[in-house]
Amino acid sequence: MSISAKKLKSEPYFYLGPAILLILLVYLYPLIEVFRESFLDIRKWPGTFIGLRNFKIVFTDRMFYLSLLHNIEFLLIIPVIIIIALIIAVILHEKIFGAKFYQSVLFLPYIIPLVAVGIAFSFFFQYRGGLNQMLELLGLKFLIKDWIGNPQLALPVVATAIIWRELGFAIILFLARLGSISEDVVEASHIDGAGWWTRLWRIYVPELTHVIEFYAIISIITMLSQIFGFIFVITNGGPANSTWVSELYIYKQAFQFNHLGAGAVMAVVLIIMTVAIVIISYRFRRRIGEENE
Amino acid sequence: MNDEKRIKSNLKYRAVRWSSFTLKKIILILLAIISIYPLFFVVINSVKSKGDYNGNKIGFPKEIVWDAFRKVFLDQRFLRWFSNTVFLTIISVLICLIIASFAAFALSKMQFRGRRFILNSIISLMVMPVIIMIIPLFVLFGKLQLTNNYIGVILIYVGILMPFNIYLLYSYFVNVPQAILESARIDGCGNFQIFLRMMVPLSLSALMALLVVDVLWVWNELLIALIFMQKENMRTLMVGLTLFQGRFTSDVPVIMAGLTAGILPILILYLFTQKYFVKGLVAGSLKE
Repeated sequence: MSISAKKLKSEPYFYLGPAILLILLVYLYPLIEVFRESFLDIRKWPGTFIGLRNFKIVFTDRMFYLSLLHNIEFLLIIPVIIIIALIIAVILHEKIFGAKFYQSVLFLPYIIPLVAVGIAFSFFFQYRGGLNQMLELLGLKFLIKDWIGNPQLALPVVATAIIWRELGFAIILFLARLGSISEDVVEASHIDGAGWWTRLWRIYVPELTHVIEFYAIISIITMLSQIFGFIFVITNGGPANSTWVSELYIYKQAFQFNHLGAGAVMAVVLIIMTVAIVIISYRFRRRIGEENE
Repeated sequence: MNDEKRIKSNLKYRAVRWSSFTLKKIILILLAIISIYPLFFVVINSVKSKGDYNGNKIGFPKEIVWDAFRKVFLDQRFLRWFSNTVFLTIISVLICLIIASFAAFALSKMQFRGRRFILNSIISLMVMPVIIMIIPLFVLFGKLQLTNNYIGVILIYVGILMPFNIYLLYSYFVNVPQAILESARIDGCGNFQIFLRMMVPLSLSALMALLVVDVLWVWNELLIALIFMQKENMRTLMVGLTLFQGRFTSDVPVIMAGLTAGILPILILYLFTQKYFVKGLVAGSLKE
């Protein structure tokens, strides 16, 4: 092989090299290594093999189950967001006056730094905060509560913050898909005298099925493993552990209780859950695809 | 009789139309207020005096006071956090865009063994949550002395953003017609020339969309900054603000001023590049 041919053959790898090295370092190495570390006591490098002891500790830890339970409770957010976003997206799509303006305003929360959202919400919802003052002014004193200090209410408050921030993204996503529906179908439905709700259910929802599915899947993964910021800033797991979630479990175990092995076990659980969700959703989508054919 | 019926139904139709129209308007206006209010809450309370805030947390200030902002901008730590975030954001995003566009170019316009496999593997990594990588990276970076080190955090940021960036650029690059590239090749351009002279200029809007989305992500990032930058003078703005909150609970306007300063750069970016924001965030998910 001539030198130039050799160079040509290896050329793509020069372009790809840096990206692949980074992905190996940040994604692939941790993905594999975390399995190994879940069997180690790594308080001191390089760690000693302790078999299943980390798993035993984690699987008998009440907080482990409680954290996952809270993540599952956060899944309830998803239908709420989807329903509101659907209605709003269709309203905006049907050329209501000021649609552009509303669109940019409703999307605004999504770009506000999560930390700022969290801090603003915690000052608004705390006992001597904005909400209670508002209720007092409106003469609704009986509704005044310690929203964040109450173990029953703290999780719904965090959920409210998540809905508030994530709604705009869902709206924009649905709106983008609505833009590609052919006008003819919608017009025909107008001529047939179909009402707004009929149009929503019979025309828009079927067209949006794939986007809704896609959004539901990424949101499930988000609610199970990507809400740390909200929790850490608003409640830090409290009150009375009522808002611990999987990520906080990892963070506290590894970086506050210095028990990295336990954190690694939870990470392994999350990896398995994420992969399972992706596989199930893939199968599910393929089945739908076959039925449609 | 028939006419009467028609008029009646027409009136009914109009009434329904009118009420559903106002209902829609009311829903939109309400939602818009809810979307803006927390932002309003932050900004409005940042220009109140401490006493004013305690008496009135939800409305306009009695008079506008800049004390809180003065305190924030005279705070050495705050300025340090702010510049740390600016520095990390600019460097990470630039490196990320360069590396990702090289990779996307190879994946979309070159033929080599394993191309499909590499592309699919990169895309499938996009769903992996950041938290699962934290422990092994922390252990490894501890050994390599990359914790409390800007290089360490930049490596992680660029790496995490890589799959999304490559995916988005790839889906853009494949649509650049092969014929244009072939004609350039006949004119004697090498791959690098083609990349620099054709792909990059033709994909400026995609690069711009990525730029704003990446900036948003790095600016707002909390978890990694919290764990990998624990030294006081290396903290990022978001970590600093979180700690600020604990320290200044008695002086809420100061916290709100800090938040305003943290929100403002992103807000300005959003107002000027809204189109790209939407494009970048949606494009990453719709195509498939």
